[in-house]
Amino acid sequence: MGSSPHVEFHGVSKTYDGQTMVVQDLDLCVNEGEFFTLLGPSGSGKTTCLMMLAGFEAPSSGEIRLSGRSVQHLPPRKRGIGVVFQNYALFPHMTVGRNLAFPLEVRGISAARRRERIRQALEVVRLDGFEHRRPGELSGGQQQRVAIARALVFNPTLVLMDEPLGALDRRLREEMQFEIRRMQQDLGVTVVYVTHDQQEAMAMSSRVAVFHRGHIQQVAAPETLYEEPEREFVASFIGDNNMLRGQVLTVERDHCDVATPDGIVRAFPVHHCRPGDPSVLAIRPERVSLTRPGVYTNEFEAVVEDILFIGDHLRLRLNLCGNPNFVVKIQNVIGHSAVLAGDRVRVGWSVMDCRALPDEEGAGSGVLTRPAAPLRSPPGDATGVSGTDRADVPPSTQAV
Amino acid sequence: MALSLAGARVRAAALTLPLVAFIGVTFLAPLGLMLARSVHEPLVADSLPDTLAVLENWDGVSLPGEDVFQALARELLTLHKQRSLGGVATRVNRLESGMRSAIVRTARQLRNADPGSWREAMIAAAPIWNEPKAWRALQRSGERYTLRHFLHALDLERDSEGNVVAQPPDQRIYLSLLGRTLMVSVVITVICLILGYPVAYLIANSPPSRSNLLLLLVLVPFWTSLLVRTTSWIVLLQNQGVINDLLVAVGLTTEESRIPMIYNMTGTLVAMTQILLPFMVLPLYAVMRTIAPSQMRAAAALGASFGQAFVRVYWPQTLPGIAAGSLLVFILSIGYYITPALVGGRTGQLISNLIAYHMQQSLNWGLAAALGAILLVCVALLFFLFNRLVGVERMRFT
Ligand SMILES: Nc1ncnc2c1ncn2[C@@H]1O[C@H](COP(=O)(O)OP(=O)(O)OP(=O)(O)O)[C@@H](O)[C@H]1O
Ligand SMILES: [Mg+2]
Repeated sequence: MGSSPHVEFHGVSKTYDGQTMVVQDLDLCVNEGEFFTLLGPSGSGKTTCLMMLAGFEAPSSGEIRLSGRSVQHLPPRKRGIGVVFQNYALFPHMTVGRNLAFPLEVRGISAARRRERIRQALEVVRLDGFEHRRPGELSGGQQQRVAIARALVFNPTLVLMDEPLGALDRRLREEMQFEIRRMQQDLGVTVVYVTHDQQEAMAMSSRVAVFHRGHIQQVAAPETLYEEPEREFVASFIGDNNMLRGQVLTVERDHCDVATPDGIVRAFPVHHCRPGDPSVLAIRPERVSLTRPGVYTNEFEAVVEDILFIGDHLRLRLNLCGNPNFVVKIQNVIGHSAVLAGDRVRVGWSVMDCRALPDEEGAGSGVLTRPAAPLRSPPGDATGVSGTDRADVPPSTQAV
Repeated sequence: MALSLAGARVRAAALTLPLVAFIGVTFLAPLGLMLARSVHEPLVADSLPDTLAVLENWDGVSLPGEDVFQALARELLTLHKQRSLGGVATRVNRLESGMRSAIVRTARQLRNADPGSWREAMIAAAPIWNEPKAWRALQRSGERYTLRHFLHALDLERDSEGNVVAQPPDQRIYLSLLGRTLMVSVVITVICLILGYPVAYLIANSPPSRSNLLLLLVLVPFWTSLLVRTTSWIVLLQNQGVINDLLVAVGLTTEESRIPMIYNMTGTLVAMTQILLPFMVLPLYAVMRTIAPSQMRAAAALGASFGQAFVRVYWPQTLPGIAAGSLLVFILSIGYYITPALVGGRTGQLISNLIAYHMQQSLNWGLAAALGAILLVCVALLFFLFNRLVGVERMRFT
């Protein structure tokens, strides 16, 4: 694995209709041998980026480089990039073998070497012996593997995958995540991968770029994205976070005080901020503890609105600091299960677990919309626990 | 449960009964009756039963006996009185020219007389009664069931010994016309394919707003009367028409040598191609619409040029549409009638025009039916072949 840049985007913008910028002023660098994921909600411009990289769309401005060379005038077929399309785009009238032979034939590779390469590629995706089947005679997962084999069979150094697992059921998806990662590491190819599933991105990638409305919010390794989100959108999109809105009162070197409806919270300022700035505090539910007085810098008392029993842990919902859906995740150990809905509890968290992020709502680029009356906003609303993993807190079970 | 399901199925099937009845009455029954006419011709047999009965004993070589002459004369007189002699005379005449006038004259001259010898009186009226071929013609036209029309439609006939032989060269017209019709249909189908394929491709690969407009343009001719379209071709193509005027004005041709583009094969080809083009474009479009754009993109990403991608990825996937469109255009043009009749002139006529002629002018319905049956067999054969090669269930028409 080298570390020289394989793919570079320099100030790339794209608009289809001349007005709305689908991708705006994008800078990106993917190193050789990386598994790089573009993660973002639907419509955020991920596919557009991939298509520009593959050469099917031209950037409206900016430059894309492959291994240091500009590809502005290179048609797709000369870029030598393996592409796995979302719906596989296997050729239905050809057998698996013919599908795989196609890129080799157009490159004029001899029949004997073709056979060898096809055999190898099918081995990599564990589909030996399927040469004579047609795509229509394969299961979804098998078709997926054929698509990957076809993208790999001509030995490209860069492979693009656009939500390749979107159509598969969950078990198969998890299995394939593992397989794709294994193949990428065995072959040492660079992969640029598109998904809107944050768990998938976290599980597979060496680095992830979080997309939002055509902008990259943050590029980082999965752990960093989780532990050190730098933007409000990233904090709410990756995993669960309690978001508290307030105003910066004082700023010190390694902490700042932020005023919330229930009192002052001391937090870690991620970016430079000044007193008076609006701020969003992000606190992970698992970093909040039930506590005795005097243990944490930030301690508050609140009534437990309801409790959700998950098994290994419990989720308490509190109305705290202006957030009616403040979630506390506590381990299911002796003593804690005694908490009941309606109880008054004391919760606390440390300064380092509370990240003060710029409130981007005022700037107009944030997704999170503050409800007019912050009380009783529906569960799962953007002011509450955010992230894609909230499926396990269905509203109907919250009153348990 | 099973019972109620079966009941539902029966009820659903019952809903199609009106259609089945409609098709039966308006299509299958006339078709069957018409086809029957090609082999079943009872008029002569019904009109001259006695004559034909006594002719049974005739040796076929010598002159028949007095009893035959007498039976014929009586029956001719009866028919003459009933004013139904013409049909019989015409039918016998088809087998032996001259018989029509002989029969009519005989009936007229025998009207009043009751001669001692019917034979002499009839020969006096029409000398052809002295020849065995007249009686053979009479005998053969009295067959209720006959393959005569089919033989005729294939340019064959029976000689005096009853062997099947080719017609005299100057009377062979049907086979060459059938060949010409097939040829013209093939040419029209190929032209439609060549013209229609790029159009369908364009429509299928345009953004929705534009593709709808293009589709509309393809469909407009569908909504315009066939006659209007054919007449506008006359306006365009005739000797004093728009195109010739233009060519003369530009100097590509002179006033004296205007190009005949209508009332000949060219006219038939041009007008029919234009009329049948939508039948090619629509099935092609229906198939192309289902081919995802990612197919061509995938081919390009795998290193194929546009040509390679088209030939190996796109074209093969459009084959069901090509088959459906070609079959549709070919079958429609094989039986096309109105356009060649209007713009085909003498050389641009197709087999259907001759069928119409025999239906309306010569009133030889038996021959018309035989020609129609042969056409039907051609189409059915073709369909069978297509089904074998492509498979009807794989074709897409819309
Ligand atoms: N060919 C096109 N013409 C016009 N607009 C387009 C086109 N393709 C995409 N867009 C617009 O660009 C924006 C970004 O689209 P893109 O397909 O890149 O999103 P995405 O991040 O891949 O989303 P998803 O996860 O749903 O696939 C969308 O608002 C979409 O409507
Ligand atoms: Mg996409």
